[in-house]
Amino acid sequence: MAFLELQNVTKTFGDHTAVNAINLTVQKGEFVSLLGPSGCGKTTTLQMIAGFVPLTEGIIRLDGRDLSNVKPAERGLGIVFQSYALFPHMTAAQNVAFGLEMRSIPRSDRDQRVRDALALVGLAGYEERFPRRMSGGQQQRVALARALVIRPQILLLDEPLSNLDAKLREEMQIELRQIQRNLGTTTILVTHDQHEAMALSDRIVVMNKGVIEQIGSPQDTYQSPASAFVASFLGKTNAFEGEVQASRDGISRILVGEYIYNTAVHIKGAVIISIRPERVSFAATGLRGTVRTRIFQGNHWLFQIETSAGIATVIRQNDGTSMPEEGHDVHLAWREEDTFVRTNGKVG
Amino acid sequence: MSKNGFISLLFHTLFVTFMLAPIIVVCLVAFTPEGYLSLPTNGFSLRWFEAIGRYPEFIRAFWVSIGLGALSSTIVLAFAVPAALGLARYQFRGRDAISALLLSPLMIPHVVLGIAFLRFFTQFGLSGTFAALLIAHIVVIFPFALRLTLSSATGMDRSIEQAAISLGARDWVVFRRVTLPLIMPGLISGWALAFIQSFDEVTMTVFLAAPGTETLPVRMFLYIQDNIDPLVTSVSASVIAITVLALIILDRMFGLEHVLTGHSDRTK
Amino acid sequence: MQSSSPFFLSTQTRSAWGLILPSLALFLAVVIIPLIMTVMLSFHDWGQYKGIETVFILKNWYEIWSDSYFHEMFARTFRIAVIVTFITMALGAPEAYILNRMRAPWKGVFLLVILGPLLISVVARTLGWALLFGGKNGVVNMALMKIGVIDAPLPFMFTETGVVIALSHVMMPFMVLSIWAALQKLDPQIENAALSLGASQLTVMRRIIFPQIMPGLLSGGIIVFSLAASAFATPAIIGGRRLKVAATLAYDEFLNTLNWPLGAAVAVLLLVALVIIVVSSNALIERRYKAVFE
Repeated sequence: MAFLELQNVTKTFGDHTAVNAINLTVQKGEFVSLLGPSGCGKTTTLQMIAGFVPLTEGIIRLDGRDLSNVKPAERGLGIVFQSYALFPHMTAAQNVAFGLEMRSIPRSDRDQRVRDALALVGLAGYEERFPRRMSGGQQQRVALARALVIRPQILLLDEPLSNLDAKLREEMQIELRQIQRNLGTTTILVTHDQHEAMALSDRIVVMNKGVIEQIGSPQDTYQSPASAFVASFLGKTNAFEGEVQASRDGISRILVGEYIYNTAVHIKGAVIISIRPERVSFAATGLRGTVRTRIFQGNHWLFQIETSAGIATVIRQNDGTSMPEEGHDVHLAWREEDTFVRTNGKVG
Repeated sequence: MSKNGFISLLFHTLFVTFMLAPIIVVCLVAFTPEGYLSLPTNGFSLRWFEAIGRYPEFIRAFWVSIGLGALSSTIVLAFAVPAALGLARYQFRGRDAISALLLSPLMIPHVVLGIAFLRFFTQFGLSGTFAALLIAHIVVIFPFALRLTLSSATGMDRSIEQAAISLGARDWVVFRRVTLPLIMPGLISGWALAFIQSFDEVTMTVFLAAPGTETLPVRMFLYIQDNIDPLVTSVSASVIAITVLALIILDRMFGLEHVLTGHSDRTK
Repeated sequence: MQSSSPFFLSTQTRSAWGLILPSLALFLAVVIIPLIMTVMLSFHDWGQYKGIETVFILKNWYEIWSDSYFHEMFARTFRIAVIVTFITMALGAPEAYILNRMRAPWKGVFLLVILGPLLISVVARTLGWALLFGGKNGVVNMALMKIGVIDAPLPFMFTETGVVIALSHVMMPFMVLSIWAALQKLDPQIENAALSLGASQLTVMRRIIFPQIMPGLLSGGIIVFSLAASAFATPAIIGGRRLKVAATLAYDEFLNTLNWPLGAAVAVLLLVALVIIVVSSNALIERRYKAVFE
C-alpha cells in the first residue's frame, strides 16, 4: 500500500488554480522530487502536504490515514525550508532540540539525540553556535538535523539547496542522498533544478501549470519525455520542424529541412522532431548545416549550427578528436530511437 | 561617490549651527549665575538647577509625565502588537482602511484631537483626570508603536513559524517561543519611541491637563506663557539632557533612522 | 510561491479580525466618536451667560465665513505653513545630500544631530528660539549687528518672521528624514554612471539625483505642511497673544473665552482643509511618481 497518497488534490486561490487535480503515490523510503518552473504548483503541493495550505478539493492520506483534520503541528513531518527558517535567537543545539521539546522527550535523551543529529550532518562541535555565525551550508545542515531529529514520517525539502553556491550544492546533494539512503526516510523534494532532481530522486514528478506532466525515474523522464514541456524542461533539446509524408508498409518518409530519412511513426503531416544535443553527431551525410559558434567547455564542446530546419545545438564530448571549426559546413545525423516526434501545433 | 567640497561643508556647518543653536542656547542660559536671562559670561552656576527643587509643580509634572509615558506606551503595545500581527499576516477586505484609521492620529492635528478629547471626556465627567490623559495618550502614540511592530512583523520570515509548527509547536508556544522573540527589537524600539512621543506631547495634553495632572511640557508651556526666566531654561536643559541620553541609547540599540522611519532596512 | 503568499486567505480571516478588533474598538470609541461630537459641537450655540446651547445652527460657521479676522488668521496659518515648507525643502534637500556623501563615523553623528531634535520637547526647542530672538539680549540680533548686517535690532518675537524661522527649525528633521530615505534607495553607482557618460556634476544633480529624490521631497513637504499648519506650541510662544494661527485661536476660544462651539468650528475647518490638501496632493504625487515608487 502507498505510504503517502494524493488523490485529486486541487488548490485554487480566487480564480487562479495553483494545483489542478493531481494524483500521486509515494512508497515508504522513496525519494520523490516535484520538479517544475516557478508557479507550477510544486510548493503549494508541498504546503498542502505539510498542512499549511488547506485543500480546495481532494484528499491526502499518510499511511492510510486521512490528513484533512490533522493539524500541521500533529502531522509529524520534517520540513527544510528554502530560507532554512532557523530560529535566529536559538543556538544550533536549541534549534535541533525544539521539536524534541515539543514532544516532551526527557532531557538526557534529548541531548543525546541532538548531538547525534548534528553529528549526522557533520556539525559535531557546533552545538553552541548561533545561526547568524554560521555559513549558508552549515545553516542548511542545522535545518536538516532539526527536521530529521524528530524522526519524521516524511521529510519535506522545499528548494533546500537553492541558496548555496554551485560547488557546495553538489557536495550537499551527495551528502543528502547518503543520509536519506542510510535513514530510509521517505523524502519529497521541491525543486526547479533538473540536475538536483535527477541526482537525488528515485522518481521525478514533472509539474507545469498545476498539473503533473510526467512521473518516472530520472533516466526515463530524461530519455523518453512524455511531452514537449518535459523534453525542454529536462535538459536542452533541439526541436526541428519537419513533415511526415505518406507512410507505406509502416515506414514513413520524414523531411527535416532538405534532409529526408525513413522512420516508423504513425502520425502524418507537420511534426516537431526533438533530439537531445548530445545525441546529434557529425557524419558524412545527414542534415546539412554551417557551424555558427563553437564554445569550448572543458569536458565538452558546444556548437550552434545553422541548418535549413533552424538552429541546431550539438554537444560533443571532448575526447581529443578534432572538431569542426566556425564557418565549416557539416552534416548532422542521429539515431531514430533518440528522436521524439510529435504533431506540430499541439502539445504532447 | 565623490567627497563634499568646500561650499558643501560650509553649508553643512551653517546648517548644523542652525539646528543646534536654540538647544545650546537653552543649555547655556540654564547655567547663568545671574537672576535674569543672560549667557553665563561670569562663570557657570548651578543655582537655577537647584531652584527647580523649590518648585514642586515642576517635580510633580515630571513624575506625571514619566508615569503617563511608561503606562501609555506599555498599554499601547497590548493593542498594537495583535493589530500589527493581524495586519501583517492576513489579506482581507478593508485592511487598508483599517491601517489608515489606526495611523490617523499622525494626520489629525493634535489641536483637533485635544478639542475632541476635551469635548468627549467632559461629557463623561472625566476631563482633567489621569485616566483621560492616559486614554488620549494611548491613541496619539498608537501609530508609532504600530508602525515599528508592523515593520518587524512584516519583515519576519513566515517559514520560521511554519518550521516551529511542523516540529509540533501549538499556536501559543509558537507565539511565545518564536514570534515574540523575533519581533522583540521592534517592540522595544516601538515602546521607546511611544514613550518619547508621550513624554513630549504638549498640544493635545494642554487641553486635557488640570492642575494636578499637568505633564512637564504642559507646565513648561504654561510657565513660558506667563514669563520666561532662567528657571524654565534649567528645566528645559534637564529635559534636553534626558532626551539626548535616551536618544543615544536608542541609536546604539536600533539605529535612530530605523526608529524614526519605521523601515525594516536594518534587520541584521 | 513562497510561504509569504496569501495562503491563509479564506480560512483564517476570522483570526485576523480577532487580532485587530480591540484596536478597532478603541479607535471607534475614543477617536471617531469624539470627532463626531466635535463636528456637532461646531453647530451649537454659545452665549456669554447662557453657555453652550445644544441647538443646530450655522452661526459659528457664518461667523468664520463673514468675519475678516478669521480670513486673515487662516491666511496667516497657511502662509506660514507654505513658507516653512519651502524653507525646509530648500535647506533640507542639499543637507540630506551632503549628509549622504559623508564618511562612516560623521554620517551617523550628524544624522543623529539633525534628526535628534525631533525627539526633544518642542517647548524646549521653541524656548531656545525665544532666547535667541528675545528683547535686547537676543543673540541673533547681537550677532547680526556685530557683523554689521543690521544697525538696529530686528523684531523677531511676536512676528511672522520669528514664527517661520522657529517652525522651520522644528520641522526640518522631518524633511531631512524624508529626503534621506529617498536617497537611500539610490544606487550609489548611478552618479558614476552619469559621470562616465560625460555629464557634469551640475547635470548629474539636475538630471539624475533631483528627479529621484523628488518623491521624498514632496512627501516630506506634505508632512511639514500639515504639521506646520496645525502647529501650536511654537506659534503660541513666539507669536504671542497677538499673532494668532488656527491652533492657537482654537485654544483661546476653548480655554480663555470658553466659546467652545466657535473653537470647535475653527478646529474642524482646519482638519477638513488639511485632509483635503494632504489627500489630494498625495494622490497627485502617487500618480505622477508611481513608476519611481515601485
